Amino acid sequence: MIAVILRRILTMAATLLVISALVFVIIKLPPGDYLTNQIMELRATGDASSVAKAELLIRQYGLDRPVWQQYLMWIGLMPGAAGFSGLLQGDWGWSFEYDKPVADVVGDALWLTLLINLTAVVFVHLVAIPAAIYSATHRNTFGDAVVTLLGYVGLAVPGFLLALILLFYANRWFGLSIGGLYDSALTNQPWTWEKIRSLLGHLIVPTLVIGLGGTAAMIRRMRANLLDELAKPYTVTARAKGLPPLKALLKYPFRMSLNPFVADIGNLLPHLVSGSVLVSLVLSLPTVGPLLLEALRSQDQFMAGFILMFVAALTLVGMLISDLTLVWLDPRIRMGLR
Amino acid sequence: MSALLSIRDLAVAFRAEPTPFEALHGLSLDVKRGRTLALVGESGSGKSVTAQAILRILPPSAAITRGQILFRDGSTEIDIARLPAEGAAMRAIRGQRIAMIFQEPMTCLSPLHTIGDQIGEALRIHTGADQRESDARTQEALARVGFPDPKRALRTYPFELSGGLRQRAMIAMALILKPALLVADEPTTALDVTTQAQILALLARLQEETGMAILLITHDLGVVANVAHDVAVLYRGRLVESGPREAVMRAPGHAYLRALLHAVPRFDMAPGERLTPIRPAKAEIPPVQVRAPLAGPILQVEGVSKTFTLRSGRIFQKPRLVHAVSDVSLSLAAGQTLGLVGESGSGKTTVSKMIMRALAPDSGRILFDDGSGPRDVHALGGDALFAYRRTVQFVFQDPYASLDPRMTVRQILCEPMEIHGVPAAERKERCRALMAMVGLEASGLGRYPHAFSGGQRQRIGIARALAVEPRLLVLDEPVSALDVSVQAQILNLLKDLQAALGLSYLIVSHNLAVIDYMADTISVMCRGRIVEEAPRAALFRRPVHPYTRALLAAVPDPSLDHPLDFAAVAADRNDPTRWEAPYRLEPDEAGAMRTIEAGHRVRFGGATEAVAA
Repeated sequence: MIAVILRRILTMAATLLVISALVFVIIKLPPGDYLTNQIMELRATGDASSVAKAELLIRQYGLDRPVWQQYLMWIGLMPGAAGFSGLLQGDWGWSFEYDKPVADVVGDALWLTLLINLTAVVFVHLVAIPAAIYSATHRNTFGDAVVTLLGYVGLAVPGFLLALILLFYANRWFGLSIGGLYDSALTNQPWTWEKIRSLLGHLIVPTLVIGLGGTAAMIRRMRANLLDELAKPYTVTARAKGLPPLKALLKYPFRMSLNPFVADIGNLLPHLVSGSVLVSLVLSLPTVGPLLLEALRSQDQFMAGFILMFVAALTLVGMLISDLTLVWLDPRIRMGLR
Repeated sequence: MSALLSIRDLAVAFRAEPTPFEALHGLSLDVKRGRTLALVGESGSGKSVTAQAILRILPPSAAITRGQILFRDGSTEIDIARLPAEGAAMRAIRGQRIAMIFQEPMTCLSPLHTIGDQIGEALRIHTGADQRESDARTQEALARVGFPDPKRALRTYPFELSGGLRQRAMIAMALILKPALLVADEPTTALDVTTQAQILALLARLQEETGMAILLITHDLGVVANVAHDVAVLYRGRLVESGPREAVMRAPGHAYLRALLHAVPRFDMAPGERLTPIRPAKAEIPPVQVRAPLAGPILQVEGVSKTFTLRSGRIFQKPRLVHAVSDVSLSLAAGQTLGLVGESGSGKTTVSKMIMRALAPDSGRILFDDGSGPRDVHALGGDALFAYRRTVQFVFQDPYASLDPRMTVRQILCEPMEIHGVPAAERKERCRALMAMVGLEASGLGRYPHAFSGGQRQRIGIARALAVEPRLLVLDEPVSALDVSVQAQILNLLKDLQAALGLSYLIVSHNLAVIDYMADTISVMCRGRIVEEAPRAALFRRPVHPYTRALLAAVPDPSLDHPLDFAAVAADRNDPTRWEAPYRLEPDEAGAMRTIEAGHRVRFGGATEAVAA
């Protein structure tokens, strides 16, 4: 088992290396970079001191060197102006646009993004699993039809549109301003009870909006999976033993139907970061999505590179978690490893 | 004494469009205490529905519409048909007083839970036993059904066990609370003959020990003749015949039972006797084609071996080697049928895959003669290989899984012809001819496989194999997934087509009666080796090898005069180290084939050689 995990972690490291090269190449594909663009602009306006500062930054980050050297410096395999200082050493680089280290720009946004989306994921499972179980066990009844209809509506309504509608009515009916993640007055305050309460209140609408599409999709898939499993002979065996219906359902078919969802964790985690860009923009949530969009547009290379690498790392970690969970859940896979 | 279970005028109907479909029309029968009632019938006759009604586990679309199911347990009499299906009273009976075992021991056990957990569960919910007591009692139950290491078995998962052990686990699960009635729905149909005999012996022994009654649902009259006390025959939802076994089997009154008795292959059939299908099919067998005779056999397998490597999870562990096939030689004359017999895991399917060139042998040669002289199949390439693929076709075991549900029958039949470049106009004509050849209407060409029954699908499979005019058909268990009432049709069809088209067959099966009916020569395989080969008549007249004899002894015969010798089948006959003296093989010892009469060769152990010398 430990050998398996070690082997997986080694492959993950190699994969990350390949991804980092791809990310860097893609970011570097468009001609120029943030600083050269800026220098051209500054030259046009004739601001000599700013030009000098920009040129200093260019030398400091080695943007005048060949691309492959820039890459090695970025990941920290080659000494730059300040020695080895790259992703491997925990230095995530400099955001030219914000004129701050990337860590400072992204910091809070990263955790808030994870918080919002994790809440959404929990919401999705809490709503979808009972609804799917009800829907599958009461197949072709009125209740099933209602759940199905709501599911389709949830699938069909675009999240950002719903966000706009909620934004409007929440303000009109309850006088709530639900943009952002806490009251604007608390933005730069330390974390107090009041701030946390405000955060929780502001979480409700984003959770609903982000989670709705996922809930609908999960109800449909879970229902289909369960219906398959309910028709399997071992479900009949459980009933023939005299198990009460709910217990028989949860212990056998339900547990079998979980596998595809566990296998999905790997896709879920990166989605947590990059999945809700539109909704975040509409609700002006301080998440990573809008930051990434902006960084890519302005060729803020270290910023964009870091966020992309973070998403990639999350994907790989998610895959590892889902594989390990599957091993733990399913003895067939566990025995296959021996 | 009154019967344990009395069914009176029971009717069960399925909700269906446009009108409800009645599966049982007023069934009445009695299951007596301590006796086995065999419920016989083909699929669709309502026998499984009867079992589900007794336990009240009918599918949601079915309901009991009238009648009584009187269960007399102890001094009380309960009408099961009146109880709410999911009520506490019914749940208390289910699993505790009436238990059930099913046909497919793999799919009936959850692969995610240990068998200890699944067996002890009934005990825990009905008696409130704690984990320790449940483990102890489960261990006892596992020992009683013959698990070699019951303590270890508690922690094993179903997929780690063989089919026979899984079915034993199911039986342990059903019997842990010592129910008054055991409902067994085709408990041995999915098992090898030797395993079947062992399970039947086990059920008989447990019945003697506990005095329970058994309702045995089966379509196999051989099983009925060997274990039933009473017999009830169902036909289309009605009881057509019932009574003690002797009376029913010796003098079958109803035409259906008589027909059933003649529709299954038996060992005492006269040479050249044909099976009589219950519903004759009208296939248009094409006129006999004369082929130029070959100098030698059409197919020759020479000393073929195949080893599989199981990857081990630990880094410093050697991978395990499995010798699936060791030094197998076969010879099939043109226009003849070679039967390859063995239990599951004996390597017979691996051999057929190597002949199809789906697997490459590690050593040995496979020679095929298409009229231009024998050529090594695994040395073929390019056009020669393409031509070989056309001359050798495969008929699969499972007629449900082997036809693409998204293709019409026409597309299924045309695909091989398109691949091998038959012109479009010819394909159309040939499709109609193929359908007639296998006894199906040409109007079925535009329909999808789900519109056909199992037997009809197997005909489509045969038609597909014949589409490109092959010379050799490999038949892998061609009837074992089919209902008994259509097996005879398929076997007769295959025989007729062989005679007319001059085909050669390699038939792979664990069913000796089928092999006996079809094959000209027979090779018996055990643990990847041929242990005996002989012309059909010689093998059945004088089986020599202990493994062959065990296989033969394990086939239940429908006639009451040849009862199974349960004591003989109890021993583990597929372990070469436990065969008696001249045939015994040491682990990893190959032994040698020796001719004992013309064409009859048997594998002897090397130790005897030393003794003889």
